[in-house]
Amino acid sequence: MIRVEEIKKSFGEQEVLKGISVTFEQGKTNLIIGRSGAGKTVMLKILVGLLNPTAGAVYYDDLNFSTLSVKEKKKIRMQVGMLFQGSALFDSMTVEENIRFPLDMFTNDTKLEKENRVNHCLERVELEGSNKKYPGEISGGMQKRVGIARSIVMNPKYLFCDEPNSGLDPKTSILIDELIRKITIDNNITTVINTHDMNSVMEIGDNIALLYHGELAWVGNKDEVLDSPSETLQDFIFASPFLQRLRKAYNQ
Amino acid sequence: MTLLYEFGKYLKLLGAMFRKPEKFSMYWKETLRQMNDIGVGSLSIIGLIALFIGAVTSVQFAYQLQGSFIPAYYIGYIVRDSTIIELAPTISCLVLAGKVGSNIAAEIGGMRQKEQIDALEIMGVNTAGFLVLPKVLAAIVVVPMLVIISAGISMIGGYLAGVLSGLVKPTDFLTGLTYFYEPYYVFMMLVKAVVFGFILTSVSCYKGFYVTGGSIELGRASTQAVVYSNILIVFADYVIALILT
Ligand SMILES: Nc1ncnc2c1ncn2[C@@H]1O[C@H](COP(=O)(O)OP(=O)(O)OP(=O)(O)O)[C@@H](O)[C@H]1O
Ligand SMILES: [Mg+2]
Repeated sequence: MIRVEEIKKSFGEQEVLKGISVTFEQGKTNLIIGRSGAGKTVMLKILVGLLNPTAGAVYYDDLNFSTLSVKEKKKIRMQVGMLFQGSALFDSMTVEENIRFPLDMFTNDTKLEKENRVNHCLERVELEGSNKKYPGEISGGMQKRVGIARSIVMNPKYLFCDEPNSGLDPKTSILIDELIRKITIDNNITTVINTHDMNSVMEIGDNIALLYHGELAWVGNKDEVLDSPSETLQDFIFASPFLQRLRKAYNQ
Repeated sequence: MTLLYEFGKYLKLLGAMFRKPEKFSMYWKETLRQMNDIGVGSLSIIGLIALFIGAVTSVQFAYQLQGSFIPAYYIGYIVRDSTIIELAPTISCLVLAGKVGSNIAAEIGGMRQKEQIDALEIMGVNTAGFLVLPKVLAAIVVVPMLVIISAGISMIGGYLAGVLSGLVKPTDFLTGLTYFYEPYYVFMMLVKAVVFGFILTSVSCYKGFYVTGGSIELGRASTQAVVYSNILIVFADYVIALILT
């Protein structure tokens, strides 16, 4: 479980987050949604400690992250996996080396053990046989999947995904969503996902937080979305004319 | 003011570099890779430049000595000493700052922009250590080797140019090369090489490490890495000359 309390973040004059308090639960896919520029990435980076909040605190299972020592932070980092908006694979390494990197760096596993673990992760993201390719040689969707494989290779307790399905076709998006959800449930981890994808919201939104102009505009789950009276949420969900028409039909 | 701020940030990066490595074997592997990149990758350009530097020094002095009472073997002597004391370490490292420095800044800066450094950070890697330390170590070992090679080739260049142009007899040049040999100068050359190697890698890493924005900033960082390295190298050259002579 991860809990944030009264998180504020400003860049110079611009106040991006204006006091957000929310809890992300274990064994669930927690979504942060909001329009482009709403502050989702900033929020996620604060959660993992890549950015320091101007005010407020982040708790990992009741440990206040910002007050931890370098060593203790490192211990938590070892339990964190993150998929970046642009995948952030290491260009100079093959797919296999990318996924194996955390194992190489932090474990004393044998070569065989590492190989098995890498292949297991590749299987989970359905990329068997791509071991020797370089990031530049595979598609964006495949890069995302390699990014997921790399983020789960150490069996993390916390998984963060920044727009796991932006720029992907709907089919691949759904595959990736399902994959993340499956990993979350199978390993009983705390997963936080940034997205503005409606499919994701309705399919894997166990726990949804809507950011709007730096404030928490709505909290709920996928089953509560359609019936919520929140104007901001409805505006966000039914942004396109197509969806508005669908909604009309649904209401009738 | 900003200069002071930048210098502080640079020192902080260097400080973070000396935290205990997560895994020695990974750092070692990376250091070897860097040695190969910096050393083997720069051999041909360093060699080529050294050859001509030696040749020019030799021919230039030979012309100036013509008709004077200074014996011809002085040409070999001057080529040797100017190469060892100044030309081989300084010019090689200025060239390396251009070649290796810009490369390092672009590589690390690219990693920063594509969030690869953040990814390392999330994994729990000491990014300053893993990205900077191997490069600095590799340079400290490899740059002195390159400078030694450069000095050697420079003297060969001086010999060939002097002899082929008929300005100096082979025996005279060789006499000059061994005349009043001072091992301390070689020590100075190596000190310079180590210091310059450290400067050019650490400054370039620093410039890359804190890149923000897009490809324009990346290009600028890469240029600044070279410019700053060059300025610091000639400045350090002066300081070393003051201290060691
Ligand atoms: N390092 C930074 N310096 C200054 N401003 C920043 C920085 N990072 C983000 N911002 C600002 O914070 C706001 C929120 O950005 P953020 O990247 O969190 O948006 P987002 O919700 O992730 O959008 P998207 O869906 O497009 O990824 C933006 O207005 C952006 O300009
Ligand atoms: Mg974002």
